[in-house]
Amino acid sequence: MGASLKEIKRQSVAVDKTRQITRAMNMVAASKLKAAQMKMENFRPYAGKLMEVFGSLAGRVVSTTNPLLAVRDPGRIRVIMMTSDRGLCGGFNTNVIKEVEKFTRGKKAEGKDVSLITVGKKGRDFFRKKVKIDGQYVEELSRFDISLAARIAKDAIPPFIAGEYDELYLCYNEFRSVASQRPVMVRLLPAASIGADEDETEAAADYVYEPSEEELLAHIVPMYLRVLIYKGLLETSAGEHGARMVSMDNATSNCEEMIQSLTQKFNSARQAAITAELMDIVGGTEALSAKG
Amino acid sequence: MADELMLEIVTPERLAFSDVVEEVTLPGGEGEFGVLVGHVPFLSSIRIGELNYTKDHKKTYYLVGEGYAEVTGLKATVLVESIEAASSIIVEEAKRDKESAEARLAGMDKENPDYGKIKKSLDMAETRIKVSEKV
Repeated sequence: MGASLKEIKRQSVAVDKTRQITRAMNMVAASKLKAAQMKMENFRPYAGKLMEVFGSLAGRVVSTTNPLLAVRDPGRIRVIMMTSDRGLCGGFNTNVIKEVEKFTRGKKAEGKDVSLITVGKKGRDFFRKKVKIDGQYVEELSRFDISLAARIAKDAIPPFIAGEYDELYLCYNEFRSVASQRPVMVRLLPAASIGADEDETEAAADYVYEPSEEELLAHIVPMYLRVLIYKGLLETSAGEHGARMVSMDNATSNCEEMIQSLTQKFNSARQAAITAELMDIVGGTEALSAKG
Repeated sequence: MADELMLEIVTPERLAFSDVVEEVTLPGGEGEFGVLVGHVPFLSSIRIGELNYTKDHKKTYYLVGEGYAEVTGLKATVLVESIEAASSIIVEEAKRDKESAEARLAGMDKENPDYGKIKKSLDMAETRIKVSEKV
């Protein structure tokens, strides 16, 4: 009986240590999430304004020779996939991976060629042997600014213009709330359709453009891409911390439950040991008194 | 007041500036231009250069990166990738940047993919030195 008591005690201590770790991770994720959310908040005015300008420009420029707006028959497709570098964040990465897998399978069934640009280790590791990877950015998400988005855009744009591929998509976890992220797939290139679904046509005031609308558009499309990519990065980073916070919170409460049940087990085992010992003593005394 | 212009400068990191000013001068893609209240609606690209605004008859200088400016009658919105107050520029550092960029560009082929990037940082360093002298 004594050995079992010791065993239960040992288990309970081990679970408590795990609980301390998960709780610490939960708190770290919470503070990182706060910083990431702040970054998202600060980016919003810039992104909003740029979208507005792009929308009004794209609405006005009817015919364009801009290569980034050129619609071609999409034979080769590239997807920028954003996942985290580290795990322990619930289904966060799995959701994006599943989405990309479904997309890839669908396009391949149509006879199209799909390759990936991966941000984050998890997605790259999953697809490394399955799909062609044209570019990868790992260990970048712990510290980044818009220059990372600029690098990704810079690597993606020239091959599109050169006709190495025909369509560019971006897949990432949209940050809806701390507890909820949903994978989304958006088309980045050719860029026309995104501006087209902008309904606010009256927002296109009568501007004087300098340089010409066409040249301005040539400048603004890469900028617009950078903004979308940066937005994806920000939401991925915030989502990762949010998902980790939630999953570590769950792990902590699971540990607490386990500790509780182990304590109960320990107490009843101890009680059983005491009762057994008492029975021994009482039995012995009775035997003695019966003799006398 | 009716004769004042609302100026907003936004970067990807933050809303860098938001106040009413009397006049603002911007480094447009086609050359420098000034904006007063009542300007015609105007949309222009911005190149790396000097931005200054006048408030209470005093000029304040900034260095801005690439971006756009949108002007309506009462408001000027400037979207740039970076901004730096002229007073916070360290001239020594800018001079060092300039020299190192020049050294790297010397003898470099224009076809080199890094050429554009280094040329840009050279422009930035040169403008930085110029702007810092205005303080």
